[in-house]
Amino acid sequence: MKKIEAIIQPFKLDEVKEALIAIGIDGMTVIEVRGHGRQKGHKEIYRGQEYTVDLLPKVKLELVVPDSRADEVIQTLAAAARTGKIGDGKIFVSEVAEAIRIRNDDRGEAAL
Amino acid sequence: MNRLPILTGILFLLPGMALADAGARIAELEQAVAAAQMSADNAWMLVSSALVLMMTGPGLALFYGGLVRRKNVLGTMMHSFILMAVATVLWAVIGYSLAFGGGGRLVGNFDHLLLDGVGTDASGGIPALTFMVFQLMFAIITPALISGAFAERMKFSAMLLFTVLWSFVVYYPMAHMVWGGGGLLNAFENGPIPCFDFAGGTVVHISSGVSALVCALYIGKRHGFPSEAMKPHNLVISVIGACLLWVGWFGFNAGSALSAGAGASTAFVATHFGAAAATLGWVLVEWIRDGKPSMLGAITGAVAGLVGITPAAGFVTPMAALVIGFLAGVVCYWMVAVVKHKLGYDDSLDAFGVHGVGGTVGAVLTGVFATKAVADPPEGWAGLGLVDGNAFQVVNQTLGALLTWVLAALATFLILKICDALVGVRVDSEQETQGLDLAMHGEEAYNFES
Repeated sequence: MKKIEAIIQPFKLDEVKEALIAIGIDGMTVIEVRGHGRQKGHKEIYRGQEYTVDLLPKVKLELVVPDSRADEVIQTLAAAARTGKIGDGKIFVSEVAEAIRIRNDDRGEAAL
Repeated sequence: MNRLPILTGILFLLPGMALADAGARIAELEQAVAAAQMSADNAWMLVSSALVLMMTGPGLALFYGGLVRRKNVLGTMMHSFILMAVATVLWAVIGYSLAFGGGGRLVGNFDHLLLDGVGTDASGGIPALTFMVFQLMFAIITPALISGAFAERMKFSAMLLFTVLWSFVVYYPMAHMVWGGGGLLNAFENGPIPCFDFAGGTVVHISSGVSALVCALYIGKRHGFPSEAMKPHNLVISVIGACLLWVGWFGFNAGSALSAGAGASTAFVATHFGAAAATLGWVLVEWIRDGKPSMLGAITGAVAGLVGITPAAGFVTPMAALVIGFLAGVVCYWMVAVVKHKLGYDDSLDAFGVHGVGGTVGAVLTGVFATKAVADPPEGWAGLGLVDGNAFQVVNQTLGALLTWVLAALATFLILKICDALVGVRVDSEQETQGLDLAMHGEEAYNFES
């Protein structure tokens, strides 16, 4: 099993979600996060007082999928989240040792 | 039971039918007309009183509450809300008497202690009770305005003590001098420095704004100012607050006509026009200088305009109101966005930059634009302001503003010294970092887990 963590532009969430559902991925966790990569922050001015905001709002998706589907999911996700501009985000993939369905104690890929 | 109304009707009809004397009948009608007029005025004044209270809660509480960081929003709102209680009780016991009792030059007397003699008697046009409660709403919002300067770092106990003492030393004397019988600055009562202050440019805005500056200087900067970002935590509630202030200000200014007559219309229109022009003034300068027109700029400009038009509202034409508002918006922007940063003091929510500066601009411009075209001059005066040929009124207005500056600054400094000695004015740095909501009040505004 692979865990796929994708940090994407918040306004791309709906598109990504729909693309994933379309290929049959029916579980995901979404978190509102803040951060930045190479994309630098922006300037905000409040009554003449200037602030540089370098941690920008992003959305982080987490999903765990069977090894066999990982590539397909990553490609779908990246295609849906891509605008081609700096700040589109990143995808991280890692191994998952075990998955447990709390309701009935299913283990491994059966729990996904 | 059912016979009672019939009996009452007969009782009323009988004398009427028996009246042969036309004079008595006319007197009766005159009395009825006066009663009807009193009722009309009273209705407007009660609505105005409610509108002015709405300016403090929720208006100012939301406006200020949105501007602070999320850990201080309740503490900031509490500053406004608690004054709705504290200033009211003080006013009932002694404040009203010290502001409006007797005919002294500087301060009232003890004639109306515990509201003695303040009842339903309407010989002044509206019931004395209505006048008392309308004026009370001003005594609530004025000290609440100051809280913008010491937001996010003042001890609650010190804030209470400060505002009580401040009401005695600054507010009650100011209200008396400008609006009270025989007051030093009251142009309509032969005051030696005759000023026009329709709804509180000096009494409310200069006094609170200058006191705010002294508070900001005395208490010092917030921990981390200005290197740490201290962005408003929720501008949406600030916008709602500003809109409530704008609407409430109709009661504040048009209510200050103390009747529902044409004077109220003059003030109502001037108030609205002043706010509109100031919004445009602020946004325009901001757009040119900072590159973008901001929502925060628009609402701050509106409040600056409302402040600026306050002393002038009942004395100026709608076109003059546009000019006063626009200038107030531009000057307050310059003060808040340029001068404040150069001087480096931390007037956290710009109580001085908006109320002190806007109030002063308004006070002086009232001397320019006040005109007999819309308001009656004091007895024996040929006109009101510069536009009526009375250039010296600009000097009078400036002197009145200056006197308010001096009184507010000195008194605030002394009161802060006293508060510091008795309870300490500033929270310790640990409490400041934690935020006033938790440190002072034991609660949080936004609870994730509930």
